[in-house]
Amino acid sequence: MVKDQEFLKSKASYCLDLAKKMGATDASVKVGHSISETVNFRNKLLEASDRSDGLGLNIETYLGKRRSSISSSNLLDENIKTLIEKCFETTKITPEDEFNSLPNKNLLAKQISNLNLYDETRFENEKKIKYLKDLEESASSNNQIINTESSFTENKSNFILANSDGFCEGYKTSSFTASCVTVAKDEGSMERDYEFSSKRHLSDIKEATDLGNKAATQTIRKLKPNKIGSEKISIIFDKRISKGMLNVFASAISASAVARGTSFLKDKIDQQVFTKSINIIDKPDIIKGMGSQNFDSEGVNSNTLQLIENGILKNYLVDTYNGKKLNLQSNGRSGGTTNLYFENGNISYEDLIKKNSRILYITETIGHGSNLVTGDYSVGATGFLVEDGEFKYPVNEITIAGNFKDMFKNIILANDLEFEYSVNSPTMMIEGMTVAGK
Amino acid sequence: MSNFFNKSDLTRQDADKIVSETLKNCDDGELYLEESKSESILLDDNKIKSSNYSSDLGFGFRAISNEVIAYSYSNEISKESLNNSSENLKSTLKSIKGTYNHEIPKSNKKFYEDINPIEQKTLDSKLEVLNKVNNFLRNKDGSVKQVTASFAGEQKSIEIIRSGGEVLTDVRPLIRFNVSVMLEKNGRKETGVYGIGGRKSYDDYLKNDNWKNVCEEAFRIASVNLESKPAPAGEMKVVLGPGWPAILIHEAIGHGLEGDFNRKKTSAFHNLMGQKVASEGVTIVDDGTIDNRRGSLTIDDEGTPTERTVLIENGILKNFMQDRHNARLMKTRSTGSGRRENYRHIVLPRMRNTMMLSGNQTQDEMIKSVDKGIFAVSFGGGQVDITSGKFVFNCTEAYEINNGKIGSPIKGATLIGDGPSILKEVSMVGNDMMLDPGIGTCGKAGQGVPVGVAQPSILIDKMTVGGTKL
Repeated sequence: MVKDQEFLKSKASYCLDLAKKMGATDASVKVGHSISETVNFRNKLLEASDRSDGLGLNIETYLGKRRSSISSSNLLDENIKTLIEKCFETTKITPEDEFNSLPNKNLLAKQISNLNLYDETRFENEKKIKYLKDLEESASSNNQIINTESSFTENKSNFILANSDGFCEGYKTSSFTASCVTVAKDEGSMERDYEFSSKRHLSDIKEATDLGNKAATQTIRKLKPNKIGSEKISIIFDKRISKGMLNVFASAISASAVARGTSFLKDKIDQQVFTKSINIIDKPDIIKGMGSQNFDSEGVNSNTLQLIENGILKNYLVDTYNGKKLNLQSNGRSGGTTNLYFENGNISYEDLIKKNSRILYITETIGHGSNLVTGDYSVGATGFLVEDGEFKYPVNEITIAGNFKDMFKNIILANDLEFEYSVNSPTMMIEGMTVAGK
Repeated sequence: MSNFFNKSDLTRQDADKIVSETLKNCDDGELYLEESKSESILLDDNKIKSSNYSSDLGFGFRAISNEVIAYSYSNEISKESLNNSSENLKSTLKSIKGTYNHEIPKSNKKFYEDINPIEQKTLDSKLEVLNKVNNFLRNKDGSVKQVTASFAGEQKSIEIIRSGGEVLTDVRPLIRFNVSVMLEKNGRKETGVYGIGGRKSYDDYLKNDNWKNVCEEAFRIASVNLESKPAPAGEMKVVLGPGWPAILIHEAIGHGLEGDFNRKKTSAFHNLMGQKVASEGVTIVDDGTIDNRRGSLTIDDEGTPTERTVLIENGILKNFMQDRHNARLMKTRSTGSGRRENYRHIVLPRMRNTMMLSGNQTQDEMIKSVDKGIFAVSFGGGQVDITSGKFVFNCTEAYEINNGKIGSPIKGATLIGDGPSILKEVSMVGNDMMLDPGIGTCGKAGQGVPVGVAQPSILIDKMTVGGTKL
């Protein structure tokens, strides 16, 4: 069982009291406990089981405008004492920084609503094994599939965040994740693909057979890939890739990147950065949401934010420290976005893939080719060539490149948004990108 | 050396007993104890942005029978906790019987000292260096708009207890010093990053004001990029500079030669042992035994002494990298390549310092031989799809080559290639092998471990460059 709130609270107040006693002017502490159990299968047989049980502690001590932090997994009182002493000694010789402070008291979360983020159902390893057997049975039913690897992870966590201004809150969360990776082979090629499902509640996890089937189908259709020539072409990003654009956007509007001047979206508030039809929202209070939270990593209350309205940038993601630098109030986004999504576009998926006679449909990208300072983008990609709405053949060993500033202004979204993960996007088309191939 | 038992109700005798009893019907396994102390100090935007110290202590208990691995970890070293883990392992493996292999090779060689780099330099003097870096760069040129500099230091002590009471230990220091600078000129912004590090004390790397060289290099890279033009798109010849560009070898070849992917036959190399996979003259080794290198280890995380493993010799595939588990199943021996990020993770076969050895041509000859292509000097990260063999990496400093001459710098572009065939496209191998500066971290299955790479300049006849200019 995960440790209860009382245990975590007692550790947190022990830390705060001690820090205060040593002379810290302010302090904040996070204590967390997490238990997770994973079962792995390969080719329809048990391959591994893994249980982890971890406590963690993070303390920040302040002396006026000086701050430093420590973290540890050892929660024995004696060890905590040594560490806080060390932390406070470090704080004393760390230079002052005028922007260092606890969050504004008035912004701290006052009400903790129940977002239904915890499912206490215990899914015994025996049941995980049964699920994975069914999954791999369906994943390997086609004889082109030569290897299947799958896993089921159950996680239960609890935490308390407390600070010397009297904030002391936390709650339990759970997650259940099933995933499957399959390898398909024919005479000339070998390909890999995957499918997964991750939910707060066990009952929302995809059926084992559906998951296995989907992984296998997605893998087999990648066999016998071709390389295409270098050209300018319209690109469709499958949903599992299009949400990556939101991650880039979120990094570029983080107050830290903006304050440091290292973002291509610096000073763009109230300006058009996406095409007019685009709206981007970050909503922390979705029931059972994978990214839902009552407050951010500093305890600041988080409300729904419209980040992009009709293509115009409305908000940065602001935490206390960088907010002070930018003269902005924290909007509860220390630690980043919550449930981030593009609103639906107004064209169906079917119409989108027919929109141009020749389209490159991307299902996977590899590499870290996003430059947030310049907005330049260049990654390796695999996918399909689509002609007149029909998937013609798989494509690999190509790269796609452009600049986010242009790409964002050429986005067309389908109307097929689903809330599966903490970041969600409809299928996306971007016109006029460069493909490098043969 | 850490004493894992002095603050616990668990004695060494108890631990021995629980380990031997749990593993008696298993093929392999061990209790892995780990204590790490680490620090990170960051200067950013003219200020000391953060100074963090962290201590971590815990154990990972592993039991293996046949193909099944049972693993359990906890950060509480106590009798109760170890017994719980033991029960958990036994219940997973209850129906599978094995025979414990007590054999583990021994060596007295050590590749680094038992030091704690964090305590060898005062916090004050570290802060002083970071402030000097900031002032040096900001006074150097008006185009400098942002400076980030950081220290990261760590001491990790491990103890491995095997069935029968055999104990293996190691103490591993590791440091890294990094500088990143952003320049702005005529409305354009570009960054340059450079770092150094390894398994010695901070001052070994910083002596003779060496931090200035790190600053100069980061500044130089950013300045070059300020003048960069859009990169070309399409297949062309590529000359790679020596040193860090060897992450090409790491991504294209290295991962595909790790034992687990080959045992599972999911690597594009699994059926190529003994065959020609590279041009003649190409020899690649993975070496854990170079003194004080970031990727070096005295023993791996299963207790096996590391070695210099020949992967490809003169173009022919010779060996895979193995941990004990995959070695046993593939009926070969461990190459001392069993590694894990920390006690929270299972062991996997991983790279250490992966190196392509020198040939006898010069970089000049390579450049002169190219009519149209690019010359890539430095890279950011890379990634590989083991199964299809396709890999990428991102240039952070590269130039056009036109008619045998180096031309303008080009914008960061991704290069993509095919692992099993790329080394057959190597047509010249330079005589200038160089080690990287000690900055690599390799990710696999969610675990990061420090690694090194090395190579001479090489000419690749055909690779796809992912630029925007058609």
